[in-house]
Amino acid sequence: MARPENGKLEKVQATLDSVLESVDKAEEFVIQEAGKAGFDEDEQHQIGMAVRECTVNAVVHGNRYSKTKKVHLDIERSSSALTVTIGDEGEGFDLSSLPDPLAPENLLRQSGRGLLLIRTFMDDFDLHPRPGGGTEVRLVKHLAKS
Amino acid sequence: MSAKLTSRQVGDVTVIDAAGRITLGDGASSFRDTIRDLAAKGNKKLLLNLADVSYIDSSGIGEMVSGFTTVTNNGGQLKLLGLSKRVKDLLQITKLYTVFEVFDDETTAIRSFH
Repeated sequence: MARPENGKLEKVQATLDSVLESVDKAEEFVIQEAGKAGFDEDEQHQIGMAVRECTVNAVVHGNRYSKTKKVHLDIERSSSALTVTIGDEGEGFDLSSLPDPLAPENLLRQSGRGLLLIRTFMDDFDLHPRPGGGTEVRLVKHLAKS
Repeated sequence: MSAKLTSRQVGDVTVIDAAGRITLGDGASSFRDTIRDLAAKGNKKLLLNLADVSYIDSSGIGEMVSGFTTVTNNGGQLKLLGLSKRVKDLLQITKLYTVFEVFDDETTAIRSFH
């Protein structure tokens, strides 16, 4: 199991077009890095799905498939955690505007479950305005101490 | 691989065998169209077999819910068969276990419609 030495960060960055193919790319990148960090297969799947859901939000809701806007993916791998930052160049996003997908009256809604999955699968989730415009989501998954 | 859907008839139950990935832009819309077509043709008892589905994201879950609503509004039933542990986990997280009837065994699932 290859883990970076204590305290050392390994970084991967990618700038992706606002197309659905970028969602698969982001997921592939992060699963690869999660594997290198030492996460098991189930954890890799969960991290991959969380990043997939975030990237869908960035492409579809943030950048609205704009050819001129990009999705910014940063992955940092340390000996204790994987940190993923996904930024879009959209018009911002208000978390409090989202309905609770677990409320009985919302169970049969077609959409709105992405953030629930992200929060379930990752240890930390933070959403804030991106410097220069847009929204940035920061996800952290800690490695279990072996 | 995107989702591949085939349907077969077992008595009066239509079994939809799904395979591949049910994700945004990668099978979710064909999934929705197939269920809507079957419901529009008057199929009231639908069993969705997910045994060969390797991956479902939140869009895929949304399509399953949409299919459930379409079939139910048509006076029919949509039940699920052969869920992997990961898909079962997704239904738990989203509380959709309280919505869908889920079966591990096809014979039991078919019998449940009668």
